[in-house]
Amino acid sequence: MRVALFLTCVNDTLYPDTGRAVVKLLTRLGVDVDFPMAQTCCGQAHYNTGYRHEAEPLARHFSDVFGEYDAIVTPSGSCGAMVRELYPRMGERARAEGRGDSLAATLAPVVPRTYELTEFLVDVLEVTDVGAYYPHRVTYHPTCHGLRSLGLGERPLRLLRAVEGLELAELPGAEECCGFGGTFALKNPDVSAAMGADKVRNAASTGAEVLCAADNSCLMHIGGTMARLRTGMRPVHIAEILASTKEDPAV
Amino acid sequence: MSGTFVGMPAFPEAAREAVHDATLRGNLRHATHTIRAKRAKAVAEVSDWATLREAGKRIKDHTLRRLDRYLEQLEESVTAAGGTVHWAADADEANRIVADLVKATGESEVVKVKSMATQEIGLNEALEAEGIRAYETDLAELIVQLGRDRPSHILVPAIHRNRGEIRDIFRREMGEWGRPAPDRLTDTPAELTEAARLHLREKFLRAKVGISGANFMVAETGTLVVVESEGNGRMCLTLPETLISVVGIEKIVPTWRDLEVFLQTLPRSSTAERMNPYTSMWTGTTDGDGPRAFHLVLLDNGRTDTLADEVGRQALRCIRCSACLNVCPVYERAGGHAYGSVYPGPIGAILSPQLRGTGSEIDASLPYASSLCGACYEVCPVAIDIPEVLVHLRERVVEGGQVTSRGDKVVLKPAKGHAAERAAMRAARWAFSRPAALRTGQRLASRTRRLHPRTLPGPGRAWSGTRDLPQVPAEPFRDWWLRTNGGKDGAK
Repeated sequence: MRVALFLTCVNDTLYPDTGRAVVKLLTRLGVDVDFPMAQTCCGQAHYNTGYRHEAEPLARHFSDVFGEYDAIVTPSGSCGAMVRELYPRMGERARAEGRGDSLAATLAPVVPRTYELTEFLVDVLEVTDVGAYYPHRVTYHPTCHGLRSLGLGERPLRLLRAVEGLELAELPGAEECCGFGGTFALKNPDVSAAMGADKVRNAASTGAEVLCAADNSCLMHIGGTMARLRTGMRPVHIAEILASTKEDPAV
Repeated sequence: MSGTFVGMPAFPEAAREAVHDATLRGNLRHATHTIRAKRAKAVAEVSDWATLREAGKRIKDHTLRRLDRYLEQLEESVTAAGGTVHWAADADEANRIVADLVKATGESEVVKVKSMATQEIGLNEALEAEGIRAYETDLAELIVQLGRDRPSHILVPAIHRNRGEIRDIFRREMGEWGRPAPDRLTDTPAELTEAARLHLREKFLRAKVGISGANFMVAETGTLVVVESEGNGRMCLTLPETLISVVGIEKIVPTWRDLEVFLQTLPRSSTAERMNPYTSMWTGTTDGDGPRAFHLVLLDNGRTDTLADEVGRQALRCIRCSACLNVCPVYERAGGHAYGSVYPGPIGAILSPQLRGTGSEIDASLPYASSLCGACYEVCPVAIDIPEVLVHLRERVVEGGQVTSRGDKVVLKPAKGHAAERAAMRAARWAFSRPAALRTGQRLASRTRRLHPRTLPGPGRAWSGTRDLPQVPAEPFRDWWLRTNGGKDGAK
């Protein structure tokens, strides 16, 4: 099986540790993962802000880059949802606008082959115990796109429960949005900040040291709020927890 | 907080006040979380909820596709049952029809059942201009009216008021409108309710004209349906001599059998009740019982234009249950008034810019009043994909394009104020279409990382005012990948 890592532009630029963790984890599980250098951005920010026509070339580019792989793995629920849920919709819209099937046909191959990381581990590799060691109290925030668009359900929690040393604390109001929402955080800063502060307060009430999620964009917003509110908690991507072992622990 | 919605500021500014009002936020949080939890429980009791939701969606879609046919059938049925049907293209026309009908009775006051449609068109204000006083009889609407306030929730219009405020409003205002509040009225629910009951009873028994909306209209029989909790609506529907119902054209269902679906999903979604306490149905007029004259005003007011949009039309499936408001994290913080419409919350954010167009500042900002978390779609009993429509309307705002306005196809220009954003999106698309350009940008960011400010200028201030920025790493991932041969060379 040819497996590609779709790291996402945000992770590539700002969170390379997450990328290194995914590579380490998948390699440990026997997957030979490739990182196609031509990858850039799935177009989600464009699409969700109303620039569907700017997102189309990026979606085509994504298909060009990843089209020949059997599986495309991404450590981002929202970018995964972009491909799986919104690429087909872009194809449909193009068709409805009388532009034919070209876009839909171009995008079709990557749609079913794109997996969010925890989905790939549980559904494709069929593992829940990935041999990780992470001796910390952790609370898990299921990000909205992972939860509702991709329907990740219990998968991330099953993976976390199998981590040696990890103490999982239930997050109150877990399914409520943290308030990031891409450009929402810039366009509605007051509401976004209020949502973030509530999320952080809920997280702090668990007594966990770490808030973990499967999407760095939400973690960027939550982590930035945590730092400002001086909670002493840290945001950590789930890949970094799952990659951590006794021999090579995450810091 | 009184006045109309015209000239409302854009959503972010309107929301700011509410976000920083700790009492209001506390009230909203308590109210929405309580009903949210109850609703989840009420829905979980129904084993075939998913099937009911799908059935509701299908019935509504089917009806909307053949709306012209069902409306004609409804007109025939209502007429055959002794009612009169009037067609109103917009708010002005509807208001004029109602005012003329009231004047023809010689009356100068009317009692009203809670109605979103009459609020949408500003009927009370229009009647007042004609010298006709309209009394709201729904308890929450009464509180809003007496307080010279605006509703802030579809189902609980006075959700933003607490008991103390309601007591003060009753004491201060009831005498102006009719029977005054009792002396030494306290803020206990029983006393407040009793005060409202006595105040309203006088009006029910005096009024000769009643005005209502309807939750549903059944095409095959011409029957109208109002679903409520208090019984005040039933008083308005049965006691007056003349009944005028103003109803949006999308509220139609073909048959009585179709009603069965919505009479299950609406109460559970809205009040978390298995069944609402009062379901009133009326068909034209009946000798010796109920109103002697019945008028149905069918309101368009942007609905056929909305119907012409193949993505946005699903908003017309809405049965006004308000489940999306109660689950929405943005509504919870911003409150209902920030949406600048009688339809607040997620459904309002897609309905208002379609019914009114995206021309005003508030309407152009509503499609952005969401983090696209999808909770609204999840709870919607007729499966309106609100996030999909929000993004669709964002596209209309930033890119313009063809829309239907008053039946004509027109081409909208992009809204003002998005030039910088559009340029940034284009630049980003350009860079992302060229991996080398992306890499150059990443390297530049990494090399200058020590120089990056802790706070941002311009629009970025919105971020750094309340959140720390992420630090740019020394090396983007792709450089690490190349340097270490995909990690195989062992370097960290």
